[in-house]
Order: sequence, then structure tokens, then C-alpha cells
Amino acid sequence: MFAYYLQLGVRSLKRNPMLTTLMVMAIGFGVAASMITYSVFRAVSGDPIPEKSSQLFVPQIDSWGPGRNEKGEPPGALNYVDAMALMKAHQASRMTLIYEVMLSALPHDANSVPVSSEGYAVTADFFTMFNVPFLYGNGWSNADDDHRVADIVLTSEFNQRMFGGANSVGKSMTLSGHDYRIVGVARHWDPKPRFYDVWGESGFDNPPDFYVVLNHALDLRTDNDGRNSCRGAITYQNWDEYLQSNCVWLMPWVELDTSADVARYRRFLESYSADQQRAGRFGWAPNARLPNVTQWLELREVVPPESRISLVVALCFFIICLVNTIGLLLAKFMRRAGEIGVRRALGATRHEIYAQYLMEAAAVGLAGGLVGVLLTVAGMSGVGLLFEPEIARLAHVDVSLVGLTLVAAIFATVAAAFYPAWRAALVQPAWQLKSN
Amino acid sequence: MHIQPILAALRRHKAGTILIALQIALTLAIVCNSLFIIHQRLSHMDEASGVDEANLFVIQNMWGEQYSTQQAAGRIQEDVATLRQLPSVQDVTATNQYPLKGGGWDNFVTMTPDQRTATTDASYFLGDARFLSTLGVKLIAGRDFRPDEVQNLGLRQNVTPPVAIVSKALADKLFPHGDALGKSFYAMSSAPITVIGIVDVLHRADVSSWSASYTGESMVVPLRLAVPSGVCYIVRAKPGQLADAMREAPKALYAENRMRMIDPKDGLLSFAEIRHRAFERDRGMAVLMGIICAVLLAITAAGIVGLTSFWVGQRRRQIGVRRALGATHGDILSYFMTENLLISLAGVAIGVLLTFGLNLWLVTRFTLSVLPLTYVLGGIVILLLLGQGAVFAPALRASRVPPIEATRPA
Repeated sequence: MFAYYLQLGVRSLKRNPMLTTLMVMAIGFGVAASMITYSVFRAVSGDPIPEKSSQLFVPQIDSWGPGRNEKGEPPGALNYVDAMALMKAHQASRMTLIYEVMLSALPHDANSVPVSSEGYAVTADFFTMFNVPFLYGNGWSNADDDHRVADIVLTSEFNQRMFGGANSVGKSMTLSGHDYRIVGVARHWDPKPRFYDVWGESGFDNPPDFYVVLNHALDLRTDNDGRNSCRGAITYQNWDEYLQSNCVWLMPWVELDTSADVARYRRFLESYSADQQRAGRFGWAPNARLPNVTQWLELREVVPPESRISLVVALCFFIICLVNTIGLLLAKFMRRAGEIGVRRALGATRHEIYAQYLMEAAAVGLAGGLVGVLLTVAGMSGVGLLFEPEIARLAHVDVSLVGLTLVAAIFATVAAAFYPAWRAALVQPAWQLKSN
Repeated sequence: MHIQPILAALRRHKAGTILIALQIALTLAIVCNSLFIIHQRLSHMDEASGVDEANLFVIQNMWGEQYSTQQAAGRIQEDVATLRQLPSVQDVTATNQYPLKGGGWDNFVTMTPDQRTATTDASYFLGDARFLSTLGVKLIAGRDFRPDEVQNLGLRQNVTPPVAIVSKALADKLFPHGDALGKSFYAMSSAPITVIGIVDVLHRADVSSWSASYTGESMVVPLRLAVPSGVCYIVRAKPGQLADAMREAPKALYAENRMRMIDPKDGLLSFAEIRHRAFERDRGMAVLMGIICAVLLAITAAGIVGLTSFWVGQRRRQIGVRRALGATHGDILSYFMTENLLISLAGVAIGVLLTFGLNLWLVTRFTLSVLPLTYVLGGIVILLLLGQGAVFAPALRASRVPPIEATRPA
């Protein structure tokens, strides 16, 4: 029966090619605009670490105080003094500190010029907390942190560039004139957005080349290559004084397994801040926060507003296309009132008329969906013109997007056809037959 | 024209009427807001940098070896000398950043050393005595730096320069009476900084919305960035020789000292490229909104054509009767035109409410500014004209229905 209705639908669509084309194009454009903007939105708003996003938290301490903090909110990173105090307190099951570094690497042949490499100075728990997968070797231990060793973990991409992809664990390499011992090579791991570094960066830029021991990087006075934010008059005159300043630049993360742990850690942050107030370091009441990954990404506004606005506008556009389709379907169906009258007089029930016209709409939807898929694929190559390359390259067409395009087009068109089909089913056979 | 019979006829086509009105209303809301977004983005893209963009390019130079402050300062002076000797190069300056770079270094500015909440925030350019002339920034009051005023700034050092050159926007923000020259302020420093010069326009390094309330506020201080990581050279090519200069400069630098890194992707940028990158988001947004507006208007027009054609087909007999009773072509034409006008007017009436509703949502959610009334008026005119234009062809067809139709069965 459905096949027959579909056949009837296609035949009727052929009868008014203009009207049909109009509907198909409207749906195609509407669904394509929605899908293109959705694919970008999907790419930037995903959960970067779904298995752990509710166990990882950013401890925030207000080290700036009222009038200097971020409109009442504590700064998005820690200064050296607070960061080290939290590390020493061992109040979370795991904790890491992160800052960005830029080092020069000299490929092995003598005539080559140095190349810049970017990475993070981190503490041992970084790898276990964030489930960094390893190709060769492993991260380093907490004891290595304490011994401030010159260990380094390479990413597989950097290992490819520097060692041709061979197992480089145990080898030594020189970066910016200092020797490092390679202890591990991480498999490709590049969460989008790079949630652990969204305070200073967009979260979508190039992945790091390496991870080095934070304490060793501090010993070498490896400068922070990422964001640094200070308040009040700057008084430091050298690196050591800088470390004691109110400048925030170290990104802390803690892992807390149960809600009891979270509550306990929150109390710890409060009491730490209260201690600082008593000691005279902070001249204000404790103001601490502990957002998890999802809340942190929301707080940092990682999803560009452009992406949200364009998704909303595209959805509105799709709705208008559907309103347009309702009107055109209504015109199309009612034009065949006489035909409906004959079918009804020959014994077709209202239900059957209804089903027939919904099937016709589904055929329109399918055609619109196919046009939509084509336009989406074509539009996707133009995404690079609309969004920054680092975001545009995240958007891609995959099976699920094509499926979603078709389903959305058919579902929306059938939904739009409910009213016109209902009106068609209401046609009085006697009246139609009489008037003819 | 009698409106009464049109309204009576529309009452028999409630669904179609409501759908067209609704479509016009929604289209108005989207088009007005989109045009406004486009306008805002375009005006952001038009912001003047204040520099001689046509002849400038930037080299982001990072050192391949760990230099002390003195070594780095020496290297920078060698590099600058090397670049200046190139035949295609007019001038060179070493700095930390450049206008439209994105992000960058900015300092809070206060009027007293112990003021807790800052007066404003200024983009903080480190420059030497050739900074202004290289960039082509226009000095409108005071003087430029003297070479002996320039000090080195090492790793995590804090040197408060006694003097600064500020942009007019910053001067006006700090000293609204126009007497900034010779006055002093504090830029996260405990010692005062005296204004010795004012430049007309010097765009901030940052281009994000965060900077919107500090537009154009920047300062140049006589410091040389002698840190281990690297430095940024702004090079001004001789007129018409930008391409040559951009080809020769990195070669000359590597020939002089190869222990440096100039990123192949971002290390060497012409100012045109810098501007292009800075406003990528804005351009993308404007293009997207433009496409959506155009397609939306086309679809709305097509929808009106489709539905009106259907109505004309349905009413052939009635039209024939009217023609037989003496109605002219013009009467029929104006009937359909008026009908559309009435529907469109109802549509834009609802649309105005939707437009402001959507705008209000965008304002609260995305800190967009409030839609000016001219956009709504413009949108109304566009949609009314669109409706009239779309209905014209079917209406013309209707007017050509011969009176004989009255005698034919429907």
C-alpha cells in the first residue's frame, strides 16, 4: 500500500514541477543550512573527555580580591604560590599543574635550522588523570616530579618528525640547549576542545609536541609561553620574584571520585583561603570555585558565540522553509479536491486519504533531504570561508550527519504536511462530485 | 479599492493567509537581525589600524638558543641592522606585538599608584625610536622617543619606562580635557609614566569583543624585548617592493644567524594577511548571514508566488464573473495586489514584535546591541516590496482571465 501511495505521490509531484521544485529546494536549503551550522556546533561543543568529565575539576582561588578579580569571580588560573600550596596539600586523589612552553628543537643533521616546538610543562598525574594513551613507554612518576628530573614525553606526531616514528624511549634529546630523557611516546591524543588549556587558548589550535616535568622546567626558568595575567603594580624584578607575584599562569586540575570528595575538597579550598586571609596574604573573605569539565568549558565560553548564533539563525531559517512548505502543500493538495472526492466516493476512508498525502509529503521530504545532503557537502567546503580554519577543519560530513540530514528533512516535511493532509482528508465527496 | 470584499474572500482562505503572514513575519525578524549583525561585523572589520598597511609586514622571530638579556639585545640590534641594509626595506623596528595581532599584551592603567580598580586598559607596545616612523603612525602632539631612552626588558624583568607615547583614544580617556601631554599615569607600575607624545590612531593588538570598551586605547613605551624566547620585527618595505622585501628579509636573517625560528605558517605575515586573519570570524559571520538573508527572501517570494498562483487558479470562475460584470484588467490586478498588501501588513505587524523579541534574546544571550529602528523600517519596506513584486506575476495572469470563464465549470 505504501509503495502504491509513494507511486501516486511521485506522479502527483511530476504534475506541477514548478511547485515541487520550489518545495524541494526550500527544504533542501533549510536542512542544509541547519546541518552545516550544526556540524560546526557539534564539533565545538562536544564533551572532550566523556568518561571522566564529571570527576575532573578546576580549583579556583580568588587571589586578587574584590575590584581586581573577574567581576566577582576568581581568576581562571593560579599563581605559583597557591598552585604549589595546593600540590603540597595532597587533598585530591590526583592533581596536576600545567603551563605552556615553547622550546627550540634541532633536527639531527648539522646544517639544519632549529624548529620551534610547543608543549606543556605538567606534573606526573597529568597522564593518568586525562587517560593519555601511550604508544611506547609511559609517563613519569610522582617521585620523578619530586626529584625534578629532566624527563619528557613526546607526542607520536613529534616523535614522527624527530625520530621517524621509531621507539625513542630511553633516548636523549636536546631542546633549547638542555638535555631531556624520553620516557614515553603518547599515541595521538587531541581532545576537542583541549579542555585542560582553555584559559589562555581557544581550545582548538594546534596540539602540543611534548610534555615535560614541570618542576624541571621551573628550575630551568623556562618561561610561560601561554597566558599570564597580573593585577596591581608589578614589583618583581627577576624570575624568583615573579614566582612570588600575584600573576596567575598555572592551570590546576584535580581528580575527585565521589561527591563526598568534591564536598571535602570544596571545604579545603575555603579553609585554605581563610588561612591566607588570617595570614594577611588575602585581604578578603574566601572566594573559591570548583567547576567540573563541563562547567569549566561553559564558564570559559569555549563554544564561539558565532557558532551558536549561526545555528539559531539557520534553525529559524529552516522553520520558515517549513512554513513555506505547509502553504505550498496546502495549495497542492487542495487543488486536487475533485480527485479526493472521487476516491472517497469509491470507498477510500479518510484515514487512507490522510496516509496517501503524508506519503506524498514524505517523498517531497526525501527529495528535499537528498538536495540537502548535496548542499551540505558543497557547503562544507565553504565552511572554511565562514569560520576560522582551526574550527572549520573540525566540521566534517560523516554517515551520521548524512543520516540526520535525511531524517530531519523527511520528519520535518511530514510534520509540516499534517495540517494540509488533514484538510485534504476532510474533503466532502458529495460536494465535490456535485460541483463538477 | 474596496477592502471589504477582499477581507471576506480572505476569510475563506484562513490557512493560506495565516501561513503567508507568518512567513513574512518570521522573515522580517530574521532579515532585520541578520542585516544588523552584518552591519556590526562589517564596521568592526573597517576599524582603522593607524599603520601603513600596504607596505608593512611582520616577522615573528624566535631564538634557537638561550640568550641572556644582553645577548638577545645585541642579536636584535644586529638583525635590525641587517634588515635595514636590504634594498627593498625602508625601515625596521623590534617590538613585542603589532595592531590587529589578536590577544597580545595589555596593561591596566590607573591615575594613582594605589588605585584598586583600574581606570582603563591599554594595549602595551614596546618600541624604539623608529617604531612610529616604521609603522607610519601619525604623531599629532609631542615628540617621538630618543634612541637613548630605549631600555632592555629581560625575562620576567619589570622596567617602568619614565615616558610613553599614547594613542589619542587613550589620552582622551585618561585626560578628557585634552591636556594629556606632560601629564602622567600608572600602567601597573609604582612609578609614574609621563605622556611625551600622542598619536592619532594605533589599533590595539587585540580584536576580540573583550576589547570593545577599550577601542583604540594603546600606548608605546621605549623598551626592547630582550627575552630568551624571541622578538617581533615590523618591517616597512619601500613603496611597491613588499613582495621583494618579504622574500629577502628571512633569507638575510638566516644568513646572518641561522639559530632562529621563523614559523613557515605564521612567522612571516604581510599586513593584508594580518587584517584578513584578524577579522576572519566577522567576515564569516557576515557572509553566512548574507547568504541566509538572500536565500530566505527568495524562498519567501517563491512561496508567495506559489500560493497566490493557486488562489488565482481556484478563482478563475469568480474572476470571469467579475470581468463579465464590467471589472477592468486593472481592477483584477489591483485586487490581488491589495490582497497581498493586506496580508503583508498583517505579517510585518507580527514581524516587528518577533524582530524585537529575537533581538532582545540576542542582546541578553550574546551581548549584541539593541537593533536601531531604521533596520526594522528598512526590513518592512523590503518585505512589502518583495510581497508586491512576488504577487505581480500571478496577479497579471489573473487580470488576463477572459470573461468567458464565467460560463465554464470550475
